[in-house]
Amino acid sequence: MATLPDASRTAGRATISQRTLRTDKWWLQPLITVIVLVSFVIYSTWRAFSNANYFYEPLISPFYSPCLATSCVEGSTNFTPFGGWWILSPALIILIIPLGFRMTCYYYRKAYYRSFWQSPPACAVSEPHKKYTGETREPLILQNFHRYFFYLGLLLNIVLTYDAIIAFRNHDGEWFHMSVGTVVLLANATLLWMYSLSCHSCRHALGGRLKHFSKHPVRYKFWTVVSRLNTRHPMFAWLSLFGVALADFYVMLVAQGTIQNLYFF
Amino acid sequence: MTYTASMRVWRGDDEGGELVDYEVEVNEGEVVLDIVHRLQATQAGDLAVRWNCKAGKCGSCSAEINGKPRLMCLTRMNTFGEDEVVTITPLRAFPVIRDLVTDVSFNYEKAREVPSFTPPVGLEPGDYRMTQVDVSRSQEFRKCIECFLCQNTCHAIRDHEENKKEFAGPRFLMRVAELDMHPLDTLDRKELAQDELGLGYCNITKCCTEVCPEHIKITDNALIPLKERVADVKYDPIRWLGSKIRKRDGL
Repeated sequence: MATLPDASRTAGRATISQRTLRTDKWWLQPLITVIVLVSFVIYSTWRAFSNANYFYEPLISPFYSPCLATSCVEGSTNFTPFGGWWILSPALIILIIPLGFRMTCYYYRKAYYRSFWQSPPACAVSEPHKKYTGETREPLILQNFHRYFFYLGLLLNIVLTYDAIIAFRNHDGEWFHMSVGTVVLLANATLLWMYSLSCHSCRHALGGRLKHFSKHPVRYKFWTVVSRLNTRHPMFAWLSLFGVALADFYVMLVAQGTIQNLYFF
Repeated sequence: MTYTASMRVWRGDDEGGELVDYEVEVNEGEVVLDIVHRLQATQAGDLAVRWNCKAGKCGSCSAEINGKPRLMCLTRMNTFGEDEVVTITPLRAFPVIRDLVTDVSFNYEKAREVPSFTPPVGLEPGDYRMTQVDVSRSQEFRKCIECFLCQNTCHAIRDHEENKKEFAGPRFLMRVAELDMHPLDTLDRKELAQDELGLGYCNITKCCTEVCPEHIKITDNALIPLKERVADVKYDPIRWLGSKIRKRDGL
C-alpha cells in the first residue's frame, strides 16, 4: 500500500503509514467513472472515425451535426465551409467543441482528476504523485478557457435543436410527422441544453460576476434559476453524455437498416 | 442500549506514535467525543483532545474517524456497527502536538494574508447600506466555524507539504470570494487570489465541500465563482477588451 509522500511525513505530522484509514468503498466511484468514460471514449472514437451510417432523412447523428465538409452524405448538410479538402471524417471537425467543453467542465475535471489522475482518488486518500502543481501552469492552466467552449457549445445546441425540429418530418420531407427518432433527438437536445445552462461558466456570465445583484434584477433572476440548475450539473453531465451516445446509436441502427424508424403519426 | 465498542486511538507526539486499542462502553445517543471523554475518565487519563462546545459550533474537535475528517462531536456512534472497530486519528495535514491535538497555526498565518474588508473611503461604520440579495451569497460563507477540516482534507497540502507556502487552502480562498462578492468591499482581490494565495492549486475535486460540517458549498459557490472571476481578468481577452472599452467597475 502506498504511503504518504516524504515531505508530508517529515513535517511533524502524526506518523501513520497507511495511505488511508477509510473503511468504506472509496475506490468504487472512481472505478465506475473510469469504466463509463473509457467506454464512451471508445464508442465515440469508433463512431467518429467510421464516417458512415450517420444520416437517414430526416435524422442526423449528433456526432456529425453540423456536417461541414462536401464529403458529407447527400442531404445531411447545406453548409460546407470545409469544402472538399477535408478528407477525414467530418465528425472530427465538430467534435472538438463538445470534447473541449466537457474536458474543461468543472464537473468532469473533478471526475477525471479523481478517477484517472488519482489526484486525489477520494477524499482523505493520499495521491500517488510526488509533486502537485494543480492548474497553476500549462497545460492545465488552459482549463480557464472553459467559457469559450461553453459559448461554442451553445451554438452547437442551436444546431442540434434545429435537427430535432426538422425531425418532425417523414422520410419524404413532409412536415407534421413524429417518430421515435424525433423523440430521441429532442431528448438529446434537451439534455444538452440542461447541461449547458447548468454550467458554472453560464452561472457566472449571467450574474455570478456581479457585485450588486440589486442593481441588476433581471440578471439576478437568471442567476437564481441557473444556480438551481447548477446543483444538478453532474447529473446533467452524465445524462447528456448518455443521451448523445444513444442518439448516435439510434441513428446508426436506422441508417444501416438494422431497425426501422417507427412513426407515431 | 449499552454495548462495548472497540476503539483504536492514535497516541503519540511529533517524535512518533501508534494506534492503541481500547474497549469502551457506549450508550445510546452518544457521539465519538463522548467515548473519547469516557476513555479519558476511565482508561487513558493523559489522552490529549481539543474540544469546546460539543455542539458542532466551535470547530475544535476536528479529527479523522475511520479515515474521514469529521467533528467528533457530530459523529454519532450509532453510525458504526457494534462490532466495527472505530479508529480515531489526529488531522493529518498539520503537525501533531500530542495524541489527537494538532498545531493548526498554519491556518492563522494564511488568514493574515487575506486583506480585511475594505469599505469605500469616507464611509463610516453605521452608514453601510445594502440589500439582502447583495449579501446573501457571502452569508453562506459566514457559517464557517473554522474547524479546518477542509484545509486538512485538501490534497494540495495534505499530500504536498511543500505547497503550504504557495496555497492558502479552501477556507481562505472562500474568504477571498466572500469579500470579492461583498457589495461594499473596494479591493480587487482576483489577482491576489491567483498570484499570491494559489487559487490555481485548487483542482475542484470538492473534498473541502464533502467534509464541511456546516454544509457550505465551498467549491460550487466560492472557489469556482472565484476561478471564473479570475478568468475574467486574466484569461479572457474578449472580456478584458470589453472592460477597457466600457469602464464598468463595481458591477
